[in-house]
Amino acid sequence: MTSVAPSVGVPLPSPLGRQRTGRFGRALSDYLPALVAFVAIVAIWEFAASRLQTRPYVMPPPSAIINALVENWSGGRWPLFASAQHTFIEALGGLVIGTVIGLVVAFAVSRWASARDAVLPVAVAANAIPIIAIAPIINNWFGVLEPLSKMMMAALLVFFPVMINVTRGLTQVEPAALELMRSYAASEGEILRKVRIPNALPFFLTALKVGATLSLIGAIVGEYFGGSSEVVGRIVVQSASALRFDVTWAAILLGAAAGIVFYLAIVVIERVLIPWHPSVRGEERQ
Amino acid sequence: MTSRQNDVVVRASGVDKSFMRDGQVVTTALSGIDLEIRRGEFISLIGPSGCGKSTLLRVIGDLTAPSAGSISVNGKPARQARRDRDYGIVFQAPVLFDWRTVEDNVRLPLELLGQSRAQRDGRADEMLALVELTDFAGHHPYQLSGGMQQRVAIARALALEPSLLLMDEPFGALDEMTRERMNSELLRIWQKTGTTVIFVTHSIPEAVFLSTRVVVMSARPGRVTDVIETDLPQPRSDQTREEPRYFERITQVREALRAGEPSRSSEMPP
Repeated sequence: MTSVAPSVGVPLPSPLGRQRTGRFGRALSDYLPALVAFVAIVAIWEFAASRLQTRPYVMPPPSAIINALVENWSGGRWPLFASAQHTFIEALGGLVIGTVIGLVVAFAVSRWASARDAVLPVAVAANAIPIIAIAPIINNWFGVLEPLSKMMMAALLVFFPVMINVTRGLTQVEPAALELMRSYAASEGEILRKVRIPNALPFFLTALKVGATLSLIGAIVGEYFGGSSEVVGRIVVQSASALRFDVTWAAILLGAAAGIVFYLAIVVIERVLIPWHPSVRGEERQ
Repeated sequence: MTSRQNDVVVRASGVDKSFMRDGQVVTTALSGIDLEIRRGEFISLIGPSGCGKSTLLRVIGDLTAPSAGSISVNGKPARQARRDRDYGIVFQAPVLFDWRTVEDNVRLPLELLGQSRAQRDGRADEMLALVELTDFAGHHPYQLSGGMQQRVAIARALALEPSLLLMDEPFGALDEMTRERMNSELLRIWQKTGTTVIFVTHSIPEAVFLSTRVVVMSARPGRVTDVIETDLPQPRSDQTREEPRYFERITQVREALRAGEPSRSSEMPP
């Protein structure tokens, strides 16, 4: 066992008491308020549902939702786990496609003024299209039963924030930093590698966080307009029309879980790529 | 054999700089600047804000082109001097990159020069030792104080052994005590490296303490109104700041600055 007594003369980190609990303890105390709130909401929900005798198709109690989740986990009419997997892959595919295209366009737009003049108005116009309105067309183009059509829906949503944010990150560089590079007679390529790209990384990761959520929305909205029966969107539509709202809620829960997986993955990437950024180093700042 | 010609680092002749908008001259930042700076000098450019002292520094460093006249640095056009990496520049903000450690920030110009890793490491260590930040090599800029960050910027500027160090109000953002300490530090570095320095400031004591010559400028249009030799003994120290001659030179610079604003002084009550 390691001794945890603070040595004399070393100031204790505040708030007091935290240093004793170690890393896990600190994480626990950081998330404790949220955890308590979550448990409280679920408990009140459960209690209210049983006391008020709400009909299950209006507001199924959490216990019924958990039941539906367990019962339909691996098969039957509502194969929840397989569906969540399929939807997750669609969203991930869309996230990758949208991000790659967004990056390519961002680099082109920030490098060549002619590309900016040609592409930006088109991109802004494309972004103005309500995604729901275009879903049937995308389904038609890329095959309603093909995962690719849902990926393209997701990609369409992901593209714009990635393109706009990365363009901003590549171009909004401190003017003095560019003068510094100029004074060293640095080439455009060197400025790109040593200043613009590192500067754009935080912007890119912010866009990824937004894009991850959007990719799930895109994929599920695409599924609403038709697709293989083993996807979250189809389960939601069909279980709701069968008044099996416990299953609907279970599917929504899995959709949220997929979103959390994305988010956590991006937080990990953030810590690796931009440990120096204020958003990551947080309290460590002196 | 060194002729007098070779001893001149910067020669500005008839330099004008106007800023244009829609084909019209909006501001005349510099007008008819003639200046000769010799090797090893420490020159301060001082004047009221808007007198073009920063613009003059940027013209000398080829960060902006003059509208008329010419700048030669080490006997070649300023553009060629920049391509030959004859300059080191320190701005008012340290302009360090947060994604690089202190040591990697100092290495940046060496990377751009295409030096080998071993050469870079040796030189960066040397520079950090010069500004006395060896212990902070692995830190990131945001972990340092403002004064320390500016020392890193100085180390970076000196990494390529530039023949000319351009400094644009480098200590303007620091508190008075840190500034005085940085001034002494800079003099020590200047004596050790023998680099020619052009230093923009609006602090009279700072200019007098640091410089071998103070170039006094006035505004609208920016021009050189006086050049004052600050013949205080070298090396200078905290004692220099208490000598009568130091105060005489401060008074001289102050009067030169006032003389540069005739309209203002005639308006003042007796």
